[in-house]
Amino acid sequence: MIGGILTNRIIYKKELAPGIFLMDVEAPLVAEKARAGQFVILMTGEKGERIPITIADYDPKRGTVRMVFQVVGKTTAELSTMKVGDTLYSFVGPLGRPSKIDKYGTVAVVGGGTGVASIYPIARALNEAGNRVISIIGAKTRNLVIMEEEMRSVSAKVVVTTDDGSYGKRGFVTEALREVLKEEDVKKVWVVGPAIMMKVACDVTRPYNVETIVSLNAIMVDGTGMCGTCRVTVSGKTKFTCVDGPEFDGHSVDWDEFLNRLNRYRAQEQLAFELHKRRS
Amino acid sequence: MAEMIPIKERMSRSPRPMPEQEVKERVRNFDEVPLGYSKEDAIYEAQRCLQCDPPSCVNGCPAEVRIPEFIRKIVDEDFAGAYLEILKTNSLPAVCGRVCPQETQCQMACVLSKRGKPIAIGNLERFVADWAMKHNVEEKHEKVKKSGKRVAVVGSGPAGLTCAADLAKMGHDVTIFEALHKAGGVLTYGIPEFRLPKRIVKHELEKIKKLGVEIKTDIVIGLTKGVDELRDEFDAVFLANGAGAPQFLNIPGENLNDVYSANEFLTRCNLMSAYRFPEFDTPIKIGKKIAVIGAGNVAMDVARTALRLGAGEVHVVYRRTREEAPARLEEIVRAEEEGVQFDFLTLPVRVLGDAKGNVVGMECVKMKLGEPDESGRRKPIAIEGSNFIMQVDMVINAIGTTANPIVSRSATDVRTDKRGYFIVDDETCATSKKGIFAGGDIIRGSATVILAIGDGKRAAKAIDKYLSEQGSKDH
Ligand SMILES: Cc1cc2nc3c(=O)[nH]c(=O)nc-3n(C[C@H](O)[C@H](O)[C@H](O)COP(=O)(O)OP(=O)(O)OC[C@H]3O[C@@H](n4cnc5c(N)ncnc54)[C@H](O)[C@@H]3O)c2cc1C
Ligand code: SF4
Ligand code: FES
Repeated sequence: MIGGILTNRIIYKKELAPGIFLMDVEAPLVAEKARAGQFVILMTGEKGERIPITIADYDPKRGTVRMVFQVVGKTTAELSTMKVGDTLYSFVGPLGRPSKIDKYGTVAVVGGGTGVASIYPIARALNEAGNRVISIIGAKTRNLVIMEEEMRSVSAKVVVTTDDGSYGKRGFVTEALREVLKEEDVKKVWVVGPAIMMKVACDVTRPYNVETIVSLNAIMVDGTGMCGTCRVTVSGKTKFTCVDGPEFDGHSVDWDEFLNRLNRYRAQEQLAFELHKRRS
Repeated sequence: MAEMIPIKERMSRSPRPMPEQEVKERVRNFDEVPLGYSKEDAIYEAQRCLQCDPPSCVNGCPAEVRIPEFIRKIVDEDFAGAYLEILKTNSLPAVCGRVCPQETQCQMACVLSKRGKPIAIGNLERFVADWAMKHNVEEKHEKVKKSGKRVAVVGSGPAGLTCAADLAKMGHDVTIFEALHKAGGVLTYGIPEFRLPKRIVKHELEKIKKLGVEIKTDIVIGLTKGVDELRDEFDAVFLANGAGAPQFLNIPGENLNDVYSANEFLTRCNLMSAYRFPEFDTPIKIGKKIAVIGAGNVAMDVARTALRLGAGEVHVVYRRTREEAPARLEEIVRAEEEGVQFDFLTLPVRVLGDAKGNVVGMECVKMKLGEPDESGRRKPIAIEGSNFIMQVDMVINAIGTTANPIVSRSATDVRTDKRGYFIVDDETCATSKKGIFAGGDIIRGSATVILAIGDGKRAAKAIDKYLSEQGSKDH
């Protein structure tokens, strides 16, 4: 909305790593209510799609909401070309339930790719609540590792992994998580990243019987419980990711169904992205 | 005033049908199906009206539209006057003329329906509203003094829009908060273009904005702002957030990839214009053979939309028979004409999928009708051993919607019933909390546009009264 209380203006933008962008958007009402674990839905233009993006940070004083996204399709590509001063067509939130933050003792937070940006406010809140936060962050390769410093500032310990070993430990975050679980008495784990990574992380924590919270990146339209496209089966029951989640107990999620549902529009998404690339 | 034609001729005339798009054509486009009356059609039909006193048709209209009065003005060719006559009690005639179930309301109550020839009141209403839109007929408002009172309306469907417009006309400052990026409620995201063109909804929205009503989109009440906060910031609040949460049958396989809720299917298509993908970014899938579960208006809209999107075969699967189907007869007939197939007395029990989650079939059981239940409809009973598999590759669930708890969760002391609908006073739409009113689907469950309009009107009156009482107390 222009001229209203929501301005949706981009006031800061930075490329954190090749293809990964950070953006601050002016949205005072969203910033006022936002909590760790929640998300927004945005549209770049009138003909655009409504896509959910996790809130990476928020500043109620400045009235801004921070998001970090990777260019993976047409909408994120378009978003990455928008400039400071541009206005998003639509920006609504904060949606979903906030993370449940309590004092647990030692906790582990695991972020893969842009999931690091989503896990950061959770880590910060856990740290502020007096937990000992062990953070595990990973990326494909060195220059895709993001927000390491921010994570260090809220963690007792940070483990960095890269798939190719170009920085930190070689391998996946899930392997590093296994190491941490062996060494430490971890009371609770949060994992945010690609669905398959979250699924594997849950397999890793299961034998240790540690509660593992995941943040599901389901396909969404309205984000308010109206369409049901974001349904997921948790403990045998249908839940709506946008209103009942996005965080769920990872050990109770039907991962195969979730992974299948993520692929529903793969062909159309690729077509739209291709057409976009050809035009620009 | 023009002479009415002699009674005998009025009685002997047949109703004038409204011309429609050819079936062959219309299943390939999203344009409106009925094409509207010409001036001559409208006058011819209006002349049939007996101008009853008292008029029984009005008893059938939840908004008590002044039916014989507006019809009389059509006979006089005073179409602008006819329009203003309707506006006295119904703020959205172009919408109602298209989507109201007149055959069970005013037209059923019309004295001529006994002879099977009720006046086509809906067609006339639509003609008048379209004529007014084309000729920019504007309501003249006496300038009312600003009351200085501010009212918040939650939701921009017919209930919210009506209440907002009426309150604005009474001099109050009204702000509508809408969760989606576009206003209009079900009129925008649910009812398809071929039944209610979006330019009509836009026109109505423009009219309401011209009254000074501010519509703030992208604000989810309950998340972006709570009802309690609205109560603090405004002098009164009207909750009209609809009954938008989709229900499912809770049968195995319902979360397979190609199982949609009607809301998802229609929202993608209408709100997001997925039928114009890839010009618009939102995709939609379409099966070769689709099962649509349910037989209400929503199911008909889904089935006919699916055909237009290129589905090979569309089956409406319903556990009772055509007689019990809640959809308007007109919609069932149009769906049949367009090639939708109906599988009555059939209940889905399981959706079957492959390893990738694609739908490969739906197991159903055959039903028979037993004794009438509480609703007076005969209860469907499963016939044991009659299970069979329907070869479908997509399933769309149109069995209904229910209350979404997001709004009520943030409304302290506003009482809801077991299903989450707000409990209100029938006359005033007042909830259990002072200054908070509610109407439309969120007090009734999925109902109709005209009932939502009626609630909006009654609530506006009650809110106006409440505000004036507050005012005198404050000063
Ligand atoms: C596909 C379909 C076809 C239909 N066909 C007909 C028909 O032919 N004839 C007929 O009479 N009726 C029909 N109906 C029913 C009719 O549309 C509804 O009864 C009517 O729209 C209800 O109006 P309402 O104003 O109560 O709510 P809605 O129209 O549902 O509007 C509610 C609005 O509130 C918004 N909202 C919800 N939650 C929030 C929140 N937390 N914060 C802010 N805003 C919020 C919603 O986004 C929506 O815009 C149909 C319904 C559907 C779905
Ligand atoms: S009941 Fe029928 S004939 Fe009589 S006034 Fe109403 S529309 Fe006209
Ligand atoms: S995104 Fe529509 S219900 Fe969750």
